[in-house]
Amino acid sequence: MTFTQWFQSWGGEAFGWFLATTVLILMIALPLMLAVAMIIYADRKIWAAMALRRGPNVVGPLGLLQSFADGLKVMLQETIIPSAANRGLFLLAPIITFTVALIVWAVIPFGPGMVLADINVGLLYLLAASSLGVYGVIISGWSSNSKYPFYSALRAAAQMVSYEVSIGFVLISVVLWADSFNLSKIVLAQQGHIFGFLNGFGFNPLLFPMAVVFLISALAETARAPFDLTEAESELVAGYQTEYSSMSFALFWLGEYANVILMCGLNAILFWGGWLPPVDWAPLYAVPGIIWFFSKILIFFFIFSWIKATVPRFRYDQLMRLGWKVFLPLSLVWVFLVSGYLMLTRYGA
Amino acid sequence: MSAIAHYIKTFTLWEFVKAHWLTLKYFFKPKATINYPYERNPLSPRFRGEHALRRYPNGEERCIACKLCEAVCPALAITIEAEPRDDGSRRTTRYDIDMTKCIYCGFCQEACPVDAIVEGPNLEFSTETREELLYDKAKLLANGDRWERAIAANIAADAPYR
Repeated sequence: MTFTQWFQSWGGEAFGWFLATTVLILMIALPLMLAVAMIIYADRKIWAAMALRRGPNVVGPLGLLQSFADGLKVMLQETIIPSAANRGLFLLAPIITFTVALIVWAVIPFGPGMVLADINVGLLYLLAASSLGVYGVIISGWSSNSKYPFYSALRAAAQMVSYEVSIGFVLISVVLWADSFNLSKIVLAQQGHIFGFLNGFGFNPLLFPMAVVFLISALAETARAPFDLTEAESELVAGYQTEYSSMSFALFWLGEYANVILMCGLNAILFWGGWLPPVDWAPLYAVPGIIWFFSKILIFFFIFSWIKATVPRFRYDQLMRLGWKVFLPLSLVWVFLVSGYLMLTRYGA
Repeated sequence: MSAIAHYIKTFTLWEFVKAHWLTLKYFFKPKATINYPYERNPLSPRFRGEHALRRYPNGEERCIACKLCEAVCPALAITIEAEPRDDGSRRTTRYDIDMTKCIYCGFCQEACPVDAIVEGPNLEFSTETREELLYDKAKLLANGDRWERAIAANIAADAPYR
């Protein structure tokens, strides 16, 4: 009897399904919020360590509770709405960002069969839903009725659109190889991908460059350093969040980091074998898949923070040049290469 | 040839790899910062912190109202009014230091002929209101009483170099 069937056995067909799905959503969303809190702490710690600083170390043991103290502080603050702002949209924008950052997690497989919505076009859903995230940024920038948020919103819109193009091509080469849009099937297609031994498209020399392009595009897509032009504090105060305070600010913050974790997870799923152990060796399967998946997320998050601590912010024209004149042609050529290789080997020319 | 090398470097992200190796080495280095409220850096005996008015061991205040500190103060932070006391000695009736004007140059301390006004080792005297930083004579004397041991030790430690 599955989880849903147990609920349906006493709650009826429709209500039981509704209840089971709600519980499952909470089982993803609540740990995700906890993970965001811890990952913000980790981000600050890693960044501090690379700058020879200590980072938060006062609240709780080793400062572990710092994010919760910050959250409490933010919750107790007053929500300030600028008098010239468009009230409805101003309050809607962080909700959009936050909601979109959460709904994307519906199709992420945490382990074999551990996925809320196992839809066959999971990757397309993911692409569509994460593209909606830009609305939160644009609406917040516009409705603030303030020049810096507005500039930031324009930048964010252009940046996200630019890098979604190359992300799209990277995904196409992965989908071609995995022969499916379903994320679980993409993960399973990576089992024993190289020599029947290494699990992960990233180990494939033909796909490894795409893994790197995807990693960099993911940074741009989530507006992480070195592509954090949307909140370039030296130019735009705090970017589109400038006029926000209290919980509306916190929602942006949570949404942003939920997106970062998502992108780390996507890197793991698409190129490094998701919940599979890195090597196709039976004893490694004794470790639950979810642990492999989470440790891969953490490794990628470390890489994200590492990059943040290392690379200075790109100029806007450099960002656009990289997106349109390097990544777009490169990924386009790679789609051609990958499909040509597959035509030759898999489908017999 | 150098153009080819440049392209190879660019597409292998060579400079980024080097930079990340550098930051990874720094990641494992000992921290450069200290745990401030719990750990402190050593202070020189000459450290110029919060002001204090000192007393003689018998409890008599040192200040003789010569107003040299007031005259030398480049920030005009010191205000002194003086009258002869009942026993005929000249004493201040008012000794104010505006700590928001003070630039902590230490000239008052240098000018004082009797080591009355000194800048002690205390550096944690921030307040919640501006008014609390307008020190009067009572506050300065209280500082002197509180920090006398540290101040006397510092003056003794610095004496051979003066």
